Amino acid sequence: MCGIAGLIHKGKSSNVGGEMTAMLQALKHRGPDSTGYAVYGVESPGEYVMRFILAEQEAMSKGFDMIDIVAKRLELVEERLAYHKAEVKKREAATDYAHRYVISHDGDTEMMARHIEDIEGVEILSLGNALELIKDLGDASVVAEQYGLNDFEGTHSIGHTRMATESDVDIRSAHPYWAFPYNDVSVVHNGQITNYWIMRRQMERKGHRFMSNCDSELLAVYTADNLANGVPLEESLKRSIEEIDGVFTYLVATKDQLGMAKDTMAAKPLVLYESDDLIAMASEEVAIRAILPQEIDTTDPYDEEVRVWQA
Amino acid sequence: MASVTDAELKAMTQEERVQALGMTTEQLTGRSLYIEFEEDEEERYTYPWAPDVDFNKRTEINADDYDTKGVNNKIRELMAEGYGTIVIQNPRGKHSIGVGILSKLNLIIEGSTGYFANGLIDGPNVRINGRVGWSCGENMMSGTVLIEKNAGSTFGAAIRGGDLVCRGSVGSRTGIDQKGGTIIVGGDTGALSGFMMQRGRMVVCGNAGKNLGDSMYDGTIYVGGEIQSLGVDAVTAELTDLDKAWLTRKLTQYELMPKEGVDHFTKIVAGKQLWNYDNLEPSEKKLIL
Repeated sequence: MCGIAGLIHKGKSSNVGGEMTAMLQALKHRGPDSTGYAVYGVESPGEYVMRFILAEQEAMSKGFDMIDIVAKRLELVEERLAYHKAEVKKREAATDYAHRYVISHDGDTEMMARHIEDIEGVEILSLGNALELIKDLGDASVVAEQYGLNDFEGTHSIGHTRMATESDVDIRSAHPYWAFPYNDVSVVHNGQITNYWIMRRQMERKGHRFMSNCDSELLAVYTADNLANGVPLEESLKRSIEEIDGVFTYLVATKDQLGMAKDTMAAKPLVLYESDDLIAMASEEVAIRAILPQEIDTTDPYDEEVRVWQA
Repeated sequence: MASVTDAELKAMTQEERVQALGMTTEQLTGRSLYIEFEEDEEERYTYPWAPDVDFNKRTEINADDYDTKGVNNKIRELMAEGYGTIVIQNPRGKHSIGVGILSKLNLIIEGSTGYFANGLIDGPNVRINGRVGWSCGENMMSGTVLIEKNAGSTFGAAIRGGDLVCRGSVGSRTGIDQKGGTIIVGGDTGALSGFMMQRGRMVVCGNAGKNLGDSMYDGTIYVGGEIQSLGVDAVTAELTDLDKAWLTRKLTQYELMPKEGVDHFTKIVAGKQLWNYDNLEPSEKKLIL
């Protein structure tokens, strides 16, 4: 089933980490397997926040050597950052396997990211000026506490609670997906994509990388491909309704935008609240009410509807 | 429509009476079903275990104090105590509020509900001063549900009776598998509304999305605005005086009567060209096959 949520404040920052946690916790019943956030903080030009994992959560409980293995992987990450002349300004670890680095880099970030992901078991969840992407097993309260998200200040966020149907219960298959290599683009999705393998092969032939077998990852790669070709976000969302088969409602966030698209059948829900300074949307109204308990007017976007909002 | 006197009604057969009162214009292939209750047969309106409630006895429930099951249990508890008017405060998008109420009750919901609000009801009059999520009034049997704001998709799915009214706009697949009753939408409706509709009436005062009435078996859809496209086997039909009288009565009742009247409404019915309209009962089919 899965639950998705998004919010964007116009022209101001807010505690988007805490707000998204409240929304995702209200959607827990739609997907208890994993929870993910893409939060957009204050942009730091020339500085990147790199969120990455060294292993799956489940892998940490298997074998006697995993602590040593992830330590070795972390050393390799450091070596490759140094190789690409990236200066690490801050190192934080939420768990043994999930790390947050603030780095300064003015080279080819895509090349650096590919080099780091070449290390076995390492996946970069996000690498952006404003974006930080966090996902792990458990509900929103668990993940938010573990990763210190309850006080995260920013302009906008998207989030996801996952009920695994077509791929594993692991971090790799959890949402959001980063639109690699587009630094600040992320995607969450509710639905099933029925031409996934055809589209995936098309994208792979163009050189895009897939880290999972989750059909939702296609939307991130598809969006990245369109952006790479100069297609504006709104146009990319419109094209997706024509080119991607299946039932889907998905949200895309960029450095300063939040967009949504609903497929031709409108079979996956989305409730939308719009005011002059806040846009909030979620699979169910109960999530919006978690941050806006007062009486408000909400609507259901229709089939083939595409919207984009500016921060 | 010419007026009919009580004496004339009494002299009619049940089928004639139903037609004269504008309760149905449906001509179902094969078996048809007309149900009409006599006013003095109250036992046919109510379940034997239904609590005897007093509409003048009023109380409130603060939904913040309960989960969904708790709210619904509290409603039943209060009805057993004879409360006939119950106001629910602070629903805050909770799902399944007010489901399965099988007897008379005035239920007022001050705020918005989530999915399946007032599904499976048989008798209560419900007013929701907010918005509802998906599948409001699903499988409703009788009574009225009036929503002041918008509604989500599958509004009135498989409804069998009663009036389900949304003053605002609704999502997609409104009245999917509708089997009776009346759905009224003050604003617009989304794609595939009336999909596989079998009986009853749907009124959309605004616009309708694509594939309206797709694969409908029977029933009638009235649309006051633009229709993006008709679905398979859905066709337009003449808006008769009977239709206009019925629309006027219903829309006036719910204060949704357009200023320009109802002459501009488009009437949609089943074309009955699909394979299942061959006039054969299953036993006859067996003989042929």
